[in-house]
Amino acid sequence: MGAIETHGLTKRFGELVAVDNLNLDVAEGEIFGLLGPNGAGKTTTISMLATLLGLDSGRASVAGYDVIDKPAKVREQIGIVFQDPSSDDILTGHENLYLHGLMYGVPRAIIPQRVEEALELVQLKGREDDLVRTYSGGMRRRLELARGLLHHPRILFLDEPTLGLDPQTRQRIWAHIESIVAERKVTIILTTHYMEEADRLCDRLAIIDFGRIVALDSPQTLKDTVGGDTVQLEVVNVEAAATALENLECVSRCETRDGRLDVAVQDVAQNLPAVFTAAGEIASFSVRNTTLDDVFLHYTGHDIRDESAEGVAKHMHRVRSVNR
Amino acid sequence: MSQLSGLYAIWLREVKVFFREYSRLIGSVLTPLLWLVVVGKGIGASIEDDASFGGVGYDTFIFPGILCMTVLFQSVFYGLYIVWDRKIDFLKEVLAAPLHRSTIFLGKVLGGVTDSMVQVTIIVILGYFIFPEVTYTVRSLTVVYLFMFLLAVTMTSIGLIIGSRMESPEGFSLVVSLVVFPMYFLSGALFLKRNLTSEAPYLYWATVANPVSYAVDAIRYTLLRGDGGRPIEAFNEFGLALDFAVLGGFCLVLLVIGTWAFRTMRL
Ligand SMILES: Nc1ncnc2c1ncn2[C@@H]1O[C@H](COP(=O)(O)OP(=O)(O)OP(=O)(O)O)[C@@H](O)[C@H]1O
Ligand SMILES: [Mg+2]
Repeated sequence: MGAIETHGLTKRFGELVAVDNLNLDVAEGEIFGLLGPNGAGKTTTISMLATLLGLDSGRASVAGYDVIDKPAKVREQIGIVFQDPSSDDILTGHENLYLHGLMYGVPRAIIPQRVEEALELVQLKGREDDLVRTYSGGMRRRLELARGLLHHPRILFLDEPTLGLDPQTRQRIWAHIESIVAERKVTIILTTHYMEEADRLCDRLAIIDFGRIVALDSPQTLKDTVGGDTVQLEVVNVEAAATALENLECVSRCETRDGRLDVAVQDVAQNLPAVFTAAGEIASFSVRNTTLDDVFLHYTGHDIRDESAEGVAKHMHRVRSVNR
Repeated sequence: MSQLSGLYAIWLREVKVFFREYSRLIGSVLTPLLWLVVVGKGIGASIEDDASFGGVGYDTFIFPGILCMTVLFQSVFYGLYIVWDRKIDFLKEVLAAPLHRSTIFLGKVLGGVTDSMVQVTIIVILGYFIFPEVTYTVRSLTVVYLFMFLLAVTMTSIGLIIGSRMESPEGFSLVVSLVVFPMYFLSGALFLKRNLTSEAPYLYWATVANPVSYAVDAIRYTLLRGDGGRPIEAFNEFGLALDFAVLGGFCLVLLVIGTWAFRTMRL
C-alpha cells in the first residue's frame, strides 16, 4: 500500500474545477513532485491530503488512513510547510518552534533539543529570541521550514518550500531533505517552481495543468520524452527552417520562441550537420541539455520562469502584509 | 497526554500575545472606569432616594455590573482574533496538528478567559480603593471569581462561535454589537431587574433569559453589604444556587456548540 493514494480526487470552487479527477500513488520513502503553473491546483491538492479541505468526489488516503473517515489519524502522521506565511509574527522564532513541538506531540523533554537542531539547520541561531515580525522574508521562510520538520513526521508536504531563499540556504535544505528520506524513509510531496529543485530532489514528478495530470514520470524520463538535447537556432527564414526541421528523423520537437527556434535533437553529436543543413542560413546557434524547463514548456505551453519571479514577489508581499 | 500539551500550547500562545500588546490592556480598563466615575457618579448625583437601588450609592450599585461588563465585552470581542487568524494562514498550522477540535476550541476559550480575568482584576483592585461598601473577603472573592469565570467562558465561547462563522472583522464587530449591547443593558447591571416586573414585564423576561443577569445577580449579592456586613436581600433576585446552575448550564451548552462550530469551520 502506498504512503499516499488518491482515486479520482476532485475539488470544485463554484464553477471552477481546481483539482480534476486526480490519481496519485506515492510510495513510502519517495519524493514526489507536483509541478504546474499558478492556479494549477497544487496547493488545493495538498490541503485536501492534509485534511484541511474537504473533497467533492473521489477518495484519498495518507499513511493508509482515509482523509475523510480518519482525519485525526492522518494528522498524526504528517508535517506541512505552507506556501503562504503561517508563523506567528508576534511571537519569537523560538516560541514558534516550541509551541509547534507541544502541539504536534513531541515529548516535552526532547523539545528543547529538537528546537536547537532545527535552529541550527536553518541557521537562525542568534535570532531565535527576536519577534518573527522583525525577520526578513527569507528568515521567516526558513523558520517555517524548520517548524515543519521539527516533529519528525513520516509524511511531509512541502508547498514551495524554498521560495525566496538564497542559493546556499537552498542547498542546505535540499541536502537535509535528502538525508531525512535516506535515514528515516520519510515520504515527501513537494511543489516547486524551481526546476533545479524538482530535478535534484524528486524521484517522480507529476506535471499538472488545470487540475489534471498531463505527464508523470521520473525527471530523467520526462526529459528523454521531450527529446535529447536542445539546439537553439537563430535563422534567417524561420518558417521554412521549422518545416524542414520537423521532417527530420532525429528532431523530436521544434518550437518557435521570440523568433528563435528551440529544436530537440536526439544524439546531437551525430546529427548536428543534418540540422544545420535543414535550417538553411544560420545567424547563431547554441546547444544545451534539455532541462525540466523544456519539459514544462512542452506540456503546459507556459514558461516556468515568469511564474517563479511572480511567485517570489507575491510571497514577499504576503509576508509584509501579514500583521496582526 | 498530547492533547493536554496541545491545550497548554494554545493557551500559552494566547497569553503571550496578550501580555505583549499592552495597548489592549490599557484600553480595556479605561471604559469601565468611565462608566464607574462618569455614569455612576453622574446619575448617582441625580438620585434622591437610594431605596430603589438597595440603599447603596448608585456608583456602588453598578460596580458589580461594571465588573460583568468588563468580562462581557472583553470576552466576546476576543472572538475577533479567530476571524483574523482564519484570514491569514496562522490557523492552518494549528488545524493540521494532531489535536481534537474540542482541544483547540477549549485552548482558545481558556486563553480568552485568562485575558478577561487579568483585566477585570485591575477593576476589582481599583474598586477596593473607590468603594468602601464593597467587601472583599476570601469567601466573597471566591464566589465573585467563580461567577466571572463562568461568565467569561460563556461569552468567550459566544465570541469564538460568531468569529468562526464571519468572513470579515467588520462583519464580526457588527454582529457582536447586536449581541453584547442588549445582553449588557438587559443584565440588570444598571438597575434592579425586579423593578421591571410591573412596568415592563416582557423586558423582565428578557433579563431572565440572559446569562449575564445571573452573573450580575450573584456578584452584586455577594459583594455589596449593608450595615454591619449583613447581606442586602434586595440584591438576592434569583439566588446563588439558581445563578450557578443557569450560568453553568449556559457554559456547558456553549462549549458543545463551540466544538461543533470549530469542527465545521471553513478556512
Ligand atoms: N478558497 C478558494 N476559493 C475559490 N477558489 C479557490 C480557492 N482556493 C483556490 N482556488 C482556485 O483554485 C485554483 C487552484 O488553486 P491552487 O492554490 O491550488 O493553485 P496552485 O497550483 O497552488 O498555484 P500557485 O502555483 O500559484 O501556488 C485556482 O484557480 C484558484 O483560484
Ligand atoms: Mg500553491
